[in-house]
Amino acid sequence: MIERLAATAIPVFARLVTGVRTNWLGCKPEPVQRVYFANHASHGDFVLIWTSLPPALRAATRPVAGADYWQKSAVRRFIGERVFRAVAIPRGGDAQQAMELMCDALDRGDSLIVFPEGTRNATDERLLPFRSGLYWLARARPQIEYVPVWIANISRVLPKGEILPIPLLCTLTFGAPLKIDEAEEKSAFIERARNALLALAPECAR
Amino acid sequence: MIAREHTLALFAGILGLLVVASLVGAFLAWRSGGDSPTVVNLNARIKAWWVMVALIAGAFVFGKAGLIVLFALASFLALREFLTLMRTRRGDHLAIAGAFFIVLPAQYVLISIDWYGLYSIFIPVYAFLFMPIVVAFRGDTRHFLARIAEVQWALMVCVFCVSHVPALMTLSIPGYEGRQLLLIAFLVLVVQSSDVLQYVWGKLFGRHKIAPLLSPSKTVEGFAGGVLSASALGAALWWITPFSPLQAFGIALLINLMGFFGGLVMSAIKRDLGVKDWGHLIEGHGGMLDRLDSVIFAAPIFFHVVRYWWVP
Repeated sequence: MIERLAATAIPVFARLVTGVRTNWLGCKPEPVQRVYFANHASHGDFVLIWTSLPPALRAATRPVAGADYWQKSAVRRFIGERVFRAVAIPRGGDAQQAMELMCDALDRGDSLIVFPEGTRNATDERLLPFRSGLYWLARARPQIEYVPVWIANISRVLPKGEILPIPLLCTLTFGAPLKIDEAEEKSAFIERARNALLALAPECAR
Repeated sequence: MIAREHTLALFAGILGLLVVASLVGAFLAWRSGGDSPTVVNLNARIKAWWVMVALIAGAFVFGKAGLIVLFALASFLALREFLTLMRTRRGDHLAIAGAFFIVLPAQYVLISIDWYGLYSIFIPVYAFLFMPIVVAFRGDTRHFLARIAEVQWALMVCVFCVSHVPALMTLSIPGYEGRQLLLIAFLVLVVQSSDVLQYVWGKLFGRHKIAPLLSPSKTVEGFAGGVLSASALGAALWWITPFSPLQAFGIALLINLMGFFGGLVMSAIKRDLGVKDWGHLIEGHGGMLDRLDSVIFAAPIFFHVVRYWWVP
């Protein structure tokens, strides 16, 4: 009951603050199993991706984030576990365990939201270097669509370290799905995925 | 009683115009087979007009409170569009939060309690001085002056100027008691119709570009025909105002000129920012600011002209 209420209220609130606009540039919001990978600058990131999806897809799309983040308070634990059904990755655990948790969720038919930079970007760089997790995931589950999502402006709505969100307009751009080639090496795939994401960033970011 | 009759007559007239416009739009769409972008855009504009007129009519039903809430909301949407395009940095976060959550509501509360002495200087003096103080404490000096100037401009344009529309209700003009709402109708109707008429005159007779660098679609013919015919409309509406027909024409001419200049200035800003529209709020119209730019420049001047010569 409360979960349902929160699952409705959170996107309404997100729209009110950010007036979020969605550009389905390279794919359509279809019920296809996907891993959405996005730039990460704010706690609001997966809320916006989640809000942009049609309600039917939201229920089957789960964010991946560090377990410690979701444990910080009772509210976060509730939202993380019950509303978003987040895949919580123990911090400092081995990569093997993280990969198993993500593959488990995929094998159950869920889609995932991941942030390959690994941490929120608080620098003036547009995009930090990717960690290798995305490659290992694509290697382990190559049949799934990997969709780049550029989130514009959310870092200004709620920058790292601030508590009060300010209402500025955000735009999400969904790119064309990638699939890993059988022979593709780690650095080549990571490079290709990162460039596909950067290509969606608006030109006039000043 | 007069106020109610005048308001009803006015809205009946607007309704008639919209019905005619919609019929013409439907006819043009039928004749062009639905693939002329100009006609599609025209029909989107007419549809948006219906929504805007419905919103304003709804606010009129609720009187003063309704109009204050409506324009506060317009200010919020405009401010969000404006600040989205500004080059702010993390250090401006608190100042921007203050602009949205303190300055904007305070300005409209001051208008609702009719405190002229404060609402006319609140943003130009207090916000102007205190916002840079808040930003300075964050210690990020990069582009400091440009950043703080952009936030101040956003507040002046989107909150200060827009709030002068509902502020018209606070003017007490002898012999015009209880009818101030109609001043708002006069301002909005005259200035917005000037925009539409400039567009129509320009499409029909436009030959010579008036500001090729700022607004390539604006022409001398559109400007002259639109401003003069909208000013004639203003004169024809003298019966809803405290002005004589000649005064109504002069004031309509003044606010139409301000509206035209407002459009040019806001175009210059958009060009500088490299965008075509301020936002995507209204289909066919771009954002809130694309629709309000002329009213923004006209409202404070209209307010002060009326206040200086008609309020004892």
